[in-house]
Amino acid sequence: MTSIDAGRRADTTDHSDGMAYLETVPSRVVTTYIPLLLILIVLLFPFYWMALTAIKPNDQLIDMDKVSPFWTWNPTFQHIHKLLFESDYPRWLWNTMFIASCATFISLVASVLAAYAIVRLRFRGAQTVGALIFLAYLVPPSILFIPLATVIYKVGLFDSPLALILVYPTILIPFSTWLLMGYFKTIPFELEECALIDGASRWQILTKIVLPLAIPGLISAFIFSFTLCWNEFIYALTFLSSTQNKTVPVAIVNEFVDGDIYRWGSLMAGALVGSLPLVILYAFFVEHYVSAMTGAVKE
Amino acid sequence: MAARLQRAAFRSQMRIPARGPAHAAFFEHGSVMVNSAIDMTGNPGRRQSERTLWAKLQGNRNWLGFWYMLPAIGILVLFLAYPLFLGVWLSFTDTKIGRAGEFIGFENYEWLWDDSVFWVSVFNTLLYTIVASAAKFGIGLYLALLLNKRLPFKALIRALVLIPFIVPTVLSAIAFWWIYDSQFSILSWSLRKLGWISANIDFLGDPWNARWSTIFANVWRGVPFIAITLLAGLQTVSPSLYEAATLDGATPWQRFRHITYPLLTPIIAVVMTFSVLFTFTDFQLIWALTRGGPVNATHLMATLSYQRAIIAGQLGEGAAISTAMIPFLLAAIGIAWYGLQTRKWQQGGSND
Repeated sequence: MTSIDAGRRADTTDHSDGMAYLETVPSRVVTTYIPLLLILIVLLFPFYWMALTAIKPNDQLIDMDKVSPFWTWNPTFQHIHKLLFESDYPRWLWNTMFIASCATFISLVASVLAAYAIVRLRFRGAQTVGALIFLAYLVPPSILFIPLATVIYKVGLFDSPLALILVYPTILIPFSTWLLMGYFKTIPFELEECALIDGASRWQILTKIVLPLAIPGLISAFIFSFTLCWNEFIYALTFLSSTQNKTVPVAIVNEFVDGDIYRWGSLMAGALVGSLPLVILYAFFVEHYVSAMTGAVKE
Repeated sequence: MAARLQRAAFRSQMRIPARGPAHAAFFEHGSVMVNSAIDMTGNPGRRQSERTLWAKLQGNRNWLGFWYMLPAIGILVLFLAYPLFLGVWLSFTDTKIGRAGEFIGFENYEWLWDDSVFWVSVFNTLLYTIVASAAKFGIGLYLALLLNKRLPFKALIRALVLIPFIVPTVLSAIAFWWIYDSQFSILSWSLRKLGWISANIDFLGDPWNARWSTIFANVWRGVPFIAITLLAGLQTVSPSLYEAATLDGATPWQRFRHITYPLLTPIIAVVMTFSVLFTFTDFQLIWALTRGGPVNATHLMATLSYQRAIIAGQLGEGAAISTAMIPFLLAAIGIAWYGLQTRKWQQGGSND
């Protein structure tokens, strides 16, 4: 017992490969692998459950005693079929993707310009503007949606995807600008100076030298922004009203939830299909995603 | 302009020792100096004759900076700063959906002061924020320390850990809704099979059960973000520090307390500020799971403001609830600023 305790304490603070030989294999199992496995199971179980429910036949969903609920031997695509062919789901998916793409594009353009100006043009007050943009990152949608709803209504954008396309950049620009500022700072100044001396304009420097070098940062900002858009809920819930125009998260909550005892299959199928595009995108760009997440915090 | 001149001068110093195209370097250097000299004269007439107005503006970094900042600042001012102030203004009016309001002073706040549901929502928000943030921090730091060890398939494990953060909150909340179902909950079923409980747990039907269930879902969703960002911080800590401390006879706890923790403090401050802020203003998880029910027991300030403003149509009152969140927000921003200052100070106070 004592040795296990000692092992755990040694383990929790040991970060170097160099000292890893100090641990024995059993202590590694107890202090590292078992806790890690437990945490992973808890973190991933809801998705397993979501996916399993989406392909289970209805009778197995509500009768858990006849067959083990943790697996099914009769997978069915009826829920997903119902989702894709008997509901507006494809339309919602398209709305979400369209809004997320447009908002991300607008934010990236604005952020590239802003980040470049703050880092490299160093106009008067650049530092202050940078700090203000960071503060904007900290203003949550929950306190803005009421006044924004009145603004959106006044300018006649209520129930229009354009409302979200214009509003989402307020969430994305602070984040992307901050991230890109970090990337731009790592590009050697000398490159730009050479170009300036050779007579290139600021615009040419930005598009021909800085942007190509900052592509990893652009990908990070793009993926993270796209995910944030897809995830956004309160604005979409407030600004969109007709079934046709909804985004996936809002539609799932509002349109799929009825009193039907058999609703779970299609509900989980909806959640699964709505998550898959992001998970696939994430699988291809894990490193960019991680650097976006940590970069915004570290800078 | 002076800065550019300085840089050009610096460049020229760098260039002079270059052996290769010395002549070209000298020529370039010379031409830059000439341009700079023109800028330095400060004689508008002469300058305009040599450079068009457009070229002059292009060279002016303040003017150029303004145009580069315009899209970002325009969007942020229109849809962030303006609504922020409009929200505060709305909270002093009796605006309803479809009817412009009039200034009524603090009436909304007085109304809220006597409203027990509002105080329940404040209590819930604080409970939710404090418990969930503390749990997220504890588990997240523990997970980060685990992930920072030598592990097989480390990249894969790290990728899997982040999945709860990728999947839209509402969609995972729906999965939790199903897991928490009163009749067909897999948790109740498993616990019944294990013989630990005799009847299904009503996860979302009982006030306190519902509070803990939503807090759990929030912790589940928030842990990956904290773990991965803290892991990034941990990876910057040099292993030689631990080796030196071990040689000096430091216990594992001392190594954590006096090496890991101080070096991680700034990043912890920033990450936890974000976490606290987003937990405090959470809306979607609660809305998808309970919509503030049962009997308002899980209303957060954000969900209550939605309920009052959009569903009941009392925009003024909803805005007052939102505005009441701002002091908390400012406190969190203060902490973030403090954390960033500490970090700057640790890194030697460079302004960049």
